[in-house]
Amino acid sequence: MIEIGLGHYLTLGAIIFFLGVIGIFLNRKNVIVILMSVELILLSVNINLISFSIFSGDLLGQIFTMLILTVAAAEAAIGLAIIVIFYRNKGSIRVEDIHEMKG
Amino acid sequence: MENLNLILPEITLFFGICLSLMVGVFFKNSFQITMKLSILILLGVIYLILTSWSGDKQIFLDSFINDKFSNYFKVLILISSIFVFFSSNQFIKDKKLFKFEYPIIIMFSVLGMFFMLSANDLILFYLGLELQSLALYVLAAIDRDNTISSEAGIKYFVLSALSSGLLLYGCSLLYGFTGTTNFNEISNNLNSENIGAIFAMVFILVGLAFKVSAVPFHMWTPDVYQGAPTSITNFFAVVPKATGLAVIIRFMDIPFKNILHEWQTILIFIAIASMILGSVAAIGQKNIKRLLAYSSISHMGYALAGVATGTYSGYTSTVIYITIYVIMNLGAFACLYLMKVDGTYTEKIDDLSGLSKQKPLLAFSFLILFFSLAGIPPLGGFFAKFFVFMAVIESELYALAVIGLLTTVISAFYYLKVIKIIYFDDVRVSFDDIRNVSIKTTIFLSCLVLSLYFISPSFINIILDGLFI
Repeated sequence: MIEIGLGHYLTLGAIIFFLGVIGIFLNRKNVIVILMSVELILLSVNINLISFSIFSGDLLGQIFTMLILTVAAAEAAIGLAIIVIFYRNKGSIRVEDIHEMKG
Repeated sequence: MENLNLILPEITLFFGICLSLMVGVFFKNSFQITMKLSILILLGVIYLILTSWSGDKQIFLDSFINDKFSNYFKVLILISSIFVFFSSNQFIKDKKLFKFEYPIIIMFSVLGMFFMLSANDLILFYLGLELQSLALYVLAAIDRDNTISSEAGIKYFVLSALSSGLLLYGCSLLYGFTGTTNFNEISNNLNSENIGAIFAMVFILVGLAFKVSAVPFHMWTPDVYQGAPTSITNFFAVVPKATGLAVIIRFMDIPFKNILHEWQTILIFIAIASMILGSVAAIGQKNIKRLLAYSSISHMGYALAGVATGTYSGYTSTVIYITIYVIMNLGAFACLYLMKVDGTYTEKIDDLSGLSKQKPLLAFSFLILFFSLAGIPPLGGFFAKFFVFMAVIESELYALAVIGLLTTVISAFYYLKVIKIIYFDDVRVSFDDIRNVSIKTTIFLSCLVLSLYFISPSFINIILDGLFI
């Protein structure tokens, strides 16, 4: 059996983080997917903070995680609201349709 | 109780926001009331900051710092928010944006900036940053029946949320590799052999560069500037930029003090890239708000050049630079509120042609403000650039100084092009008469400060004396 240590958790966090970043840049279809990618980034940070907190025996990281969860919820709410008003004006939330301004 | 005195401005601002929310809900057509109430609250907070300050103090387990640096920036952002409110009143009425939430959301973002400026702890800093950003997402999309404004909202939301994520990932690494979230303790535990913490520094710097729209993280700026209503763009161009720079200085000065060589290279690169892109990309612009967006990118480059020196004289020159930048932009955006043709606001640079024949005073204000933005002596903008380049040369960063001076010349081209269109081209459209005292007062005060700045160029230096100890 492998001993699961801090490094494994950090690798997991880094993989999820890069999945989130890549999801934002490679996504050509739907804005909702971008919203999900942002949530992935925030969750990878939570994994990092909790594992650091457990392995160093310091509670601050877990408190930070609680606050990030709250902020992530607020951010998702505002993001969805903005997507709704865009949909009302444009009738579509495809990423290709967000192109009124260029230059 | 003594601790509560030190965060009295924040407490007052918070309860003021709650009060204006109540007033907004209980009265009909309450936009004008909440607007006046918010200006009064902001003035009250300025009074509290100026009277309550008594030396640098850290409270709440050293997580909140009340020092001269944070108070200077708090007063700066309060005064500029008041001028933004004051000058945009007519514009908001014409654009039918008079919802009572408008000033309240702006005040929420100001509250967030207060906590960013005073934070001495990663957790408090992150919460302040998010309070500010969440309010700014809503502001970008506030003209909700307009496609362009909602598009600006989406673009700002996606890129800013990404940058907050990067910054937060940096914060988590910094916590893990130094074992604390307090800035002072991070500074003690950090050295250049700590590779993980240097990764963290890069992520945090990327997040902060997004917030001040420095190249290569500037993509959102022109679109958001163009899409958001001009009154919001005015706020975006001034207040979050000043806060972002202050926070960069705070991070470089306290937590990352021991890894100066590592972040200095990155900041020099960011500063050079911003100066070059900001001045080259602005040349072809037809929309004046996009032009001001690229101009603000290049101005952020100059301001970051001051930070990149890593010395106290460099930081001070950046603080002077951002102060003068705020004054110039308040004036320039107030001029945009007067660009009204046949009842609609225009943003095309071509429409300005021949302005000097119709409205000589407005044309002259454009002249002073754009000359100052270009950094032509003896206007205020020149002294701002002068102090930055002095500090850069003192720290022997000659490449940065040479490239900075060259880009100043390039950027003078597009500022002078606008002046040429105003003064030497033929009249194309006739501008409406707008009789609004508050817009004209703002332009007048801004031009007055910029043109009389040479009388006492060390004026701001005296206020700033002892800012960094």
